[in-house]
Amino acid sequence: MASDFVQAKAKTAAISVRSATVRYGPREVLTAVTLDVRAGEFVCLLGPSGCGKTTLLNAIAGFLPLAGGEIAVDRVPVCGPGGDRGMVFQEYALFPWFTVFENVVYGPRLRGASRAEQRRIADHYLALVKLDKYGHCYPNQLSGGQRQRVALARALANQPSILLMDEPFGALDAMTRESLQQELLDLWQADRRTCIFVTHSVGEAAFLAETVVVMKTQPGRIDAVIANTSPRPRDRTSDAYFSMYRKIDAALRDQREPVPQTVAA
Amino acid sequence: MRTATRNIAETDSLGTRPLSQRERWVLGVASIAGILCLWQLATGLGWINPVLLPSPFDIGRAFVASVADGTLLHNVLASFARVVEGFLLAFVVAVPMGIAMGLSRTLGGLCDPLLELVRPIPPIAVIPLAILWFGIGEFSKVWIIAYGAFFPILLNTMAGFREVERVQVRAAQALGATRYHVFRDVVLRSALPFVIVGARLGMSMAFIVLVAAELIASSSGLGFMISDARYKFRTDEMFLGMACIGALGFGLNVLLRATERRLLKWKSG
Repeated sequence: MASDFVQAKAKTAAISVRSATVRYGPREVLTAVTLDVRAGEFVCLLGPSGCGKTTLLNAIAGFLPLAGGEIAVDRVPVCGPGGDRGMVFQEYALFPWFTVFENVVYGPRLRGASRAEQRRIADHYLALVKLDKYGHCYPNQLSGGQRQRVALARALANQPSILLMDEPFGALDAMTRESLQQELLDLWQADRRTCIFVTHSVGEAAFLAETVVVMKTQPGRIDAVIANTSPRPRDRTSDAYFSMYRKIDAALRDQREPVPQTVAA
Repeated sequence: MRTATRNIAETDSLGTRPLSQRERWVLGVASIAGILCLWQLATGLGWINPVLLPSPFDIGRAFVASVADGTLLHNVLASFARVVEGFLLAFVVAVPMGIAMGLSRTLGGLCDPLLELVRPIPPIAVIPLAILWFGIGEFSKVWIIAYGAFFPILLNTMAGFREVERVQVRAAQALGATRYHVFRDVVLRSALPFVIVGARLGMSMAFIVLVAAELIASSSGLGFMISDARYKFRTDEMFLGMACIGALGFGLNVLLRATERRLLKWKSG
């Protein structure tokens, strides 16, 4: 019954970003960013378009070369993409030519999981995202929310020590988004895997994150790091949630003090 | 009242109901049968000179006769072999070239202008050249057909390998895929639909060129059959040849479409 691929306790890893700089041609899109993420921490990168939050995520994933500085995962420098850093994309990025089953077991299959192990992995992770009856479907037969669930299962099934998410729920409708946020939190609380979650939604950061990293544009940089202390389970209608929401929102607007309540003209 | 009770899910964007499979069959058979009847009437009643436009029955008789003496099968096989040989020759050359030009920007940049210059030359225009180079033998025709089928396959293959989505490559890499895995599981898979479209276009081009080549220089094949019938003033055999070319092309297209459906099951869902 016990399988290395399913039962293994989730590994988590710490991330250290030291003066990371990324250039697209002559343009500096990320300037000397320094950030420490503890093992098991849930961090949201929050900021307007062009602040480099996705660039930072892609640099951690190893998709982009650094023009300066260093990124290390558990003290090992990042020098290219790898299976230890799982990624969930806004546009799902499922392989449309593979079934849901084949998508989910793609990582384990590359590492040589047997057919029986693949079966167990798929059963486990598809049940986790409530899609256990969809293994034989192709991605284009699923709704957006279902596709993103498959993408999440695919990333988790590979047992990464870090989960990177690039606005994963940005393309979904509000109700689907909220239920997926809850599912993600349940999964994270079950195994405390390090998560870096890019978003431009203050509410999403207030609901999900332990730590909110607020970023600014021109050049892309970190402006503030806010500890989200509101107690879990979080209630989107509670005062604690709202005061955290206001605090993050104020930081995003570049105002250190909470915005005074004024009536708009 | 009728529209009010109609199921909205069954209507298309203009609000009309799409035809069912059975209805399409019935309409298709009705249109073909209707045309044949009209045709038979027109020639049978002497409205049109049957020497210029033979009746469907005359064509049927020519069919039976040429099946009986074996000439039809001989000509069909000769044309079929040429199309298949020319197409395969084009395919095995164009696909690796398209892959290389799609993947390497340098190679693409080097070859693109050349292709744009050569591509507008219709394959029919190279027939005289092929005859000079290779004579009027079998290879000459195969070469002309291959030339015609080559460009659609090459250009589509190239486009397919250029249009691989970066996010899918990254998704595979973040699951531990090596360069080889990315090529096998992402690049090849996502380019395959383009290669198949190229093959279908190449096949229809091969047919156009086949007939042209056989009309000009040949002693067998369906194109030869048509041009030979002209000298004998046998319009029924001309129509028979045209019908056979149509049927052969239709059959090969059905075959390619079936292959496409098998390989691209994930597209239809």
